[in-house]
Amino acid sequence: MKLREIAHSRTGDKGNMVNISVIAYERKDYELLLREVTAECVQSYFSDRVTGEVIRYEIPSIAALNFVMQDALGGGVTRSLFLDKHGKSLSSALLDMELNP
Amino acid sequence: MAVNSKKIVRIGSGAGYSGDRIEPAVELAKKGKLDYLVFECLAERTIALAQLRKLNDPSKGYDPLLEERMLACLSICTKNNVKIITNMGAANPEAAMLKVVEIAKSLQLPHLKIAAILGDELTEKIRDDEYSLLETGKPLSSIKKRMVSANAYLGAEPIVEALVNGADVVITGRVADPSLFLAPLIKEFNWSLQDYNLLGKGTALGHLMECAGHVTGGYFADPGYKDVPNLEDLGFPIVEANTEGGFFITKLNDSGGMVTMATCKEQLLYEIHDPVKYLTPDVIADFSKVKITEIEKDKILIEGATGQKKTGKLKVSIGYRDGFIGEGQLSYGGPGAMDRARLGLEIVRKRLEKYQPEIEDVRYDIVGFNSLYGNQISHGKPYEVRMRVAARTSTKAAAVKIGNEVEALYTNGPAGGGGAKKSVQEVIAVQSILIDEEKVVPSIKYKII
Repeated sequence: MKLREIAHSRTGDKGNMVNISVIAYERKDYELLLREVTAECVQSYFSDRVTGEVIRYEIPSIAALNFVMQDALGGGVTRSLFLDKHGKSLSSALLDMELNP
Repeated sequence: MAVNSKKIVRIGSGAGYSGDRIEPAVELAKKGKLDYLVFECLAERTIALAQLRKLNDPSKGYDPLLEERMLACLSICTKNNVKIITNMGAANPEAAMLKVVEIAKSLQLPHLKIAAILGDELTEKIRDDEYSLLETGKPLSSIKKRMVSANAYLGAEPIVEALVNGADVVITGRVADPSLFLAPLIKEFNWSLQDYNLLGKGTALGHLMECAGHVTGGYFADPGYKDVPNLEDLGFPIVEANTEGGFFITKLNDSGGMVTMATCKEQLLYEIHDPVKYLTPDVIADFSKVKITEIEKDKILIEGATGQKKTGKLKVSIGYRDGFIGEGQLSYGGPGAMDRARLGLEIVRKRLEKYQPEIEDVRYDIVGFNSLYGNQISHGKPYEVRMRVAARTSTKAAAVKIGNEVEALYTNGPAGGGGAKKSVQEVIAVQSILIDEEKVVPSIKYKII
C-alpha cells in the first residue's frame, strides 16, 4: 500500500531546512503512520537529495507527523542550484512510499 | 481601556505572498464584514531585494504591488471601516506610507491615519559587531563586506501601539508573519503582552492565516485524492476570533476553494519545526495539542494552542551578495531522448572541466526524470526531457558561459535538441543571527490626511 492512500502532505522551507507533514486522513491510520513512516526510512528515502539529519515530531491531536530535514536545499532557498529551490515537490514523492499494513 | 473591548473580531487575509492575486482581497473587503484586512507579502529574501531597489532609488524599496493593491482596496476598506495591516513596507515602510497618502488623496478619501513601523532595519548598526551566523556557525564578519541588508523580525507590540493611536492603515517592514494578525487581537481584546497562552492562540491564528489561500484549498488539490472546487476563483480566508482566543476559519460563500479540517491541518504544520516550540518575537507558541473540528461546511473551529514566555531574542535576516548562478536548458524528445540528454550533459561537463575548472558547484539535471529527487526514487522512461546545467560562479562573465555552453549544443551537440533557454542571476543569499530584543527599538511615524 502506498502512503498516498491514507495520508496527505505538504512541504515547507526555512533556510536550508525542509519540513514535510504527513497527515492521516482518518485517525485509525495514525498507528500505521507511527510504525511505518519513521525518521530513518524518510532519511533513506530522500538520501539522494537530503544530506542532513531527519527528526520526526508527532502531533497526535491531529493524527499527524512532521519531518524536519537539515541540509535539504543545497545551501538554502536563496543560493540553491536545485530547480525546486524550496523542496516543495518533496511531499508528493514521499506519498509514493510503500507501507506494510 | 477595557470598557471599549470588543467581543468578536473578524480578520481577512488579503495576500499570502508578494505577487498574490488581488481580486480575492477586494471581495473580502466588500463582503467579508471585516474589522481588519492583513496583507502578508514578505518572504525570506524579499526584503534583501527590496533593499537593493532602495539603494538605487531612496523613494522605492517597498512592495512592487503596493500601489495596485491599495488602489483596489483602500476605498472599499475606508467605506466599510476595515483597517489595513501589511508588511508591504519591505525595506522602506516610510516611503510606502507616503505612497499610500498619495493614493488616498488621489482617491479623495477623508480622515485617514496611516502609520509606518520603523526600526527593524539594522544593516549599519550591526555591521561591525560580533555575531555568529545560525546556519553555518561562521562569524558575521565573514560576510560583512558583501552584506546588503539586515532586518530584525519585530513582534506585534509596535503594531498594537499604532492601532491604539488610531491608525487606519499600518505599514511595516520585517515583522514576524503571525504577529500581523496577533496585533489586532491584542488591541481589540486588551490582551496582556504577558498572557502567553492567549498570545499562543493568536499566533496559531496568524500562522493559519498568513499564507492566505493556503488554508482555503490553494496548494492542496491532488485530483482524485484531494479535489478542490473552483481554484480559478479561490477565496481567501476570514477568521472570526473571540476574546478568549477561540476562533474559526471560514471564507465567502460565493468564492472558490474550501476550508476543511484537512486544509487547516496542512497549513498548521506548514514551515513548522518542533510543534511544541514555534518561536516568534511575541511568544513560544505550542501547536502540539491543537484540535480541529468542523462546525459546518467551510467553517472550521481551531482550539487548544497554548504558549510560554518568549525567548527575548529576535531573529535577524542578513542578505548578502553571494556570486552568480548561470543556467542553461535544452529539450530532447522521442526515442532515445534520455540518452541524448545524458550525452548533452556529458559534453557540457567535460567542457566546463576543461575551460572553467575553477567552478566548484555545478548541477547536471534531466528535467522530467531526476531534477526534483535525484536518481534514487526517479523511475520510468519519459518521452521528452529537458537537460539542465546550473552552476554557481564568482563573476557574471563566468555565469554567462554556462548557458552559452548549453545553447551551443544546437550546432555542436546531440541530434534534435530544441527550446534552449539560458539565464544569469546575481545571488542575494540570506543567513540569520539572533539579537537581544533590547537592542532593537521600533518607532512609529504617522501621516494624517
